[in-house]
Amino acid sequence: MMSDGMLGLTQLFLFLFFIMLGFPIAFTLMAMGLFFGYLGMQERVFDLLIQRTYAVMSNDVLLSVPLFVFMGYIIERANILDRLFRSLQMASGNIPGSLAVATLVTCTLFATATGIVGAVVTLMGLLALPAMLRAGYDVKLATGVVAAGGCLGILIPPSIMLILYGATAGVSVVQLYAAAFIPGLMLAGCYILYVIIIAILKPEMAPRLPPEEVNIPFGTILVSLATSFFPLALLIGLVLGCILMGLATPSEAAAMGSLGSVILAIAYRSFSFAKLRESVYLTARTSAMVCWLFVGSAIFSSVFGYLGGQDLVEQFFKSLPLNSFTFMVLAQLLIFILGWPLEWTEIIIIFVPIFLPLLDDFGVDPLFFGIMVALNLQTSFLSPPVAMAAFYLKGVAPKHVRLEDIFAGCMPFIYIVLVCMLLTYAFPGLVHYLPRTLYGGSGGNTPTLQIDQPPPGGFQEEEVVLPSLN
Amino acid sequence: MQSLLLGIDRLSTFVGKTFAWCIVLLTGVVVYEVFVRYVFRAPTTWAYDVSYMLYGTLFMMAGAYALSRNGHVRGDFVYRNFRPTTQAKLDLTLYVLFFFPAIFAFMISGWSFFTQSFAQNERSAFSPSGPVLWPFKLLIPIVGVLLLLQGLAEVARCIRCIRTGAWPARLSDVEELEQTILAAAEAKGAEALAADLAAGKGPV
Repeated sequence: MMSDGMLGLTQLFLFLFFIMLGFPIAFTLMAMGLFFGYLGMQERVFDLLIQRTYAVMSNDVLLSVPLFVFMGYIIERANILDRLFRSLQMASGNIPGSLAVATLVTCTLFATATGIVGAVVTLMGLLALPAMLRAGYDVKLATGVVAAGGCLGILIPPSIMLILYGATAGVSVVQLYAAAFIPGLMLAGCYILYVIIIAILKPEMAPRLPPEEVNIPFGTILVSLATSFFPLALLIGLVLGCILMGLATPSEAAAMGSLGSVILAIAYRSFSFAKLRESVYLTARTSAMVCWLFVGSAIFSSVFGYLGGQDLVEQFFKSLPLNSFTFMVLAQLLIFILGWPLEWTEIIIIFVPIFLPLLDDFGVDPLFFGIMVALNLQTSFLSPPVAMAAFYLKGVAPKHVRLEDIFAGCMPFIYIVLVCMLLTYAFPGLVHYLPRTLYGGSGGNTPTLQIDQPPPGGFQEEEVVLPSLN
Repeated sequence: MQSLLLGIDRLSTFVGKTFAWCIVLLTGVVVYEVFVRYVFRAPTTWAYDVSYMLYGTLFMMAGAYALSRNGHVRGDFVYRNFRPTTQAKLDLTLYVLFFFPAIFAFMISGWSFFTQSFAQNERSAFSPSGPVLWPFKLLIPIVGVLLLLQGLAEVARCIRCIRTGAWPARLSDVEELEQTILAAAEAKGAEALAADLAAGKGPV
């Protein structure tokens, strides 16, 4: 007879095998949680399943997920992207690599507003990529810019990934947003800087535009910015600002943002009942996908923790000669590797919770860890073999653009992400500055908005029972 | 067989799409709450309960709908390279092994969870108005039944695929923008689509 802890480990390893069979992960998690739970605690596992499900159903952190998703779909369908790109293209007229810079800024803003990677990459692949190729840009640079820029939306707040991390780690989403703000903009800034440097050093990779395309009257630029860039930037700024200033909870800000995006779409004369209906249906499907994953993973990880699998994992990590730095490197390396085959939702909801209880042992702040994970997961979209952004781009790129070119184009941006992670690690102030300034305290694990929440979903139970080392 | 399969698909889709409108209600409720709180300084007593119930209803009732659209995320980096018949055989095995037992347990224990709440006439403890909770908890067994039905439809789909060698078509429905774009790029060529877009014609 196996000990309960070994049972838990068997559960984990079998899951790693079963995940590769391609069955919907939410139900794989549920079934395995029930099976191993039944071996460990007999009938009580069924009550646990329902209680964990109900906890996800009444979770007021996850409540903001459908609202942000809805806002994203409305903006995505508001026909705003081409205006945005054209006006930014005019505005960035004279700087080196101007088209690539305009692409990156467009991607950053649009991806932040929608939070949907695929749509940004495919749309920009149709808009910006041909424009850059026509202007004589290097194929690798042009594709890398579109793919990397399109992924920024899941990092820069208000992003859904940080809500999911907040729900699994029991960290306040507000603090996470404040913490991710500077590193997110820093990453976008580094991308832009890289493009400008390349354009200066190797002008043949990003040739300057002909003068007739650059010399546009300042008034025209301003008008076009005022009708495309500023409204969207204002909308995101208001949503984020209200959250960070504590005027509204993330879900309240998201609801106001949805209303704002509807108004924006009406202003662009691209709002119709058909589009609203599409957004509503897609929101339901996406929310169901994310939240059912939470339901599955809630029962799975409860059982895993109950059986003591989590303790064994913890003992194993503690037995390794690790300090806080090497632990961080190991954890991020594992997440980086998991990002090759898996998507960020699975990593955040299923695998990150395994690391969470260890953070305390190695003296890592969960807030800081979350931002590092968020940065790290940028690479999961860009790194082969399952690089969603690269494949989407391949689908809309002209025939002569090869997949290898796109992957090669993504590589420098993966390095930039790694450099940004190193920078963030070396200067934790980048993460802690805003939360500390805005909310005081350690900027760490003081969930400010979760005082009277319903039974928490996610994984807090396993976290609470862990003894601290110090 | 085919008509039964499509019938179940339609049922799941109908339920999912109907309750999808919860998102509009949810947006409305939260906006209203913010409005009365800041403008009239009179927050509601019911908005908190109503908003998490709308959220819970939204994603629970869309569960079978998402399944009917193959919308639940799969770890498919190996799976996607298999032939359709291999995929169908794998799916069929795992529906029997994983899905039905889990959803059966979900439905049965969900029902007793509901009956307990109903017997006590349990009320929410989060707000003074304290709405009754059992209708919300009743969703769990209902969703269990819907998922079981949709699971049967998916099994029938797998069997058809094993027989014919190709996945039977799903009901047509709104797709993610990137899928629409990728399909359009496939159909008329990426360059032509980009030219359309540059000419000011939207992609959708």
